[in-house]
Amino acid sequence: MISPELTRARGLATIPGMTVGRRMVRWARALPVAALGVTMLTGCISVTAPDKPIVIELNVNIRQEVIYRLAADAENTVEANKDIF
Amino acid sequence: MNTVSKIIAAAALASTLVSAPAFAQRDPAYQAARAAGQVGEKMDGYLGIVGGGGASLQAVVSDVNIKRRALYSQRAQAASPPVTLEEYALTAGCIAIAKTEPGEKYQAPDGSWQTRTSAPPMRDSRCPALQQKNAQ
Repeated sequence: MISPELTRARGLATIPGMTVGRRMVRWARALPVAALGVTMLTGCISVTAPDKPIVIELNVNIRQEVIYRLAADAENTVEANKDIF
Repeated sequence: MNTVSKIIAAAALASTLVSAPAFAQRDPAYQAARAAGQVGEKMDGYLGIVGGGGASLQAVVSDVNIKRRALYSQRAQAASPPVTLEEYALTAGCIAIAKTEPGEKYQAPDGSWQTRTSAPPMRDSRCPALQQKNAQ
């Protein structure tokens, strides 16, 4: 069952294989250009990476605002309770 | 029993808050532990034990911390708008660390215990600037 199908397939494959070969060369020349495009794409993706640290920084600023607002009150509290500070 | 002890504790706390704000002195055991570097100021606004401490040192530290917590909670609610206990405690921690004297211990932002030198202490980046105190 397997052997007759194999011989037929081989006979046919050699003829289109030769003509496709020249087209393949043209495609091969275009490959570096395509590769360049891919590297440029990955470069663009890396620019979007710092999104996370920006979010954390905003969070820090909100807390800092609260701390600055409380600073004077906390200073007075510490000064007025020197026995426990 | 519970309510009676609570009333006594509240009265004792109120009397310390009212009667001795200006010239209050640290408990001698607390002062000695501070000077010896056995206790240090933590970033969260509370006192911490540096290394291993005995039961008596533990008692001194928890006594101070209970009083601090009551104070923080009261001041945090009094703020307008009110803030959380943790936010107020962290702010007080910034100030308490800034007020440590050379030789005393404090907790650096990385969590390690540091000995205060004459140089400014390593504090959380959110802490208010140290120059503020001198400028006012």
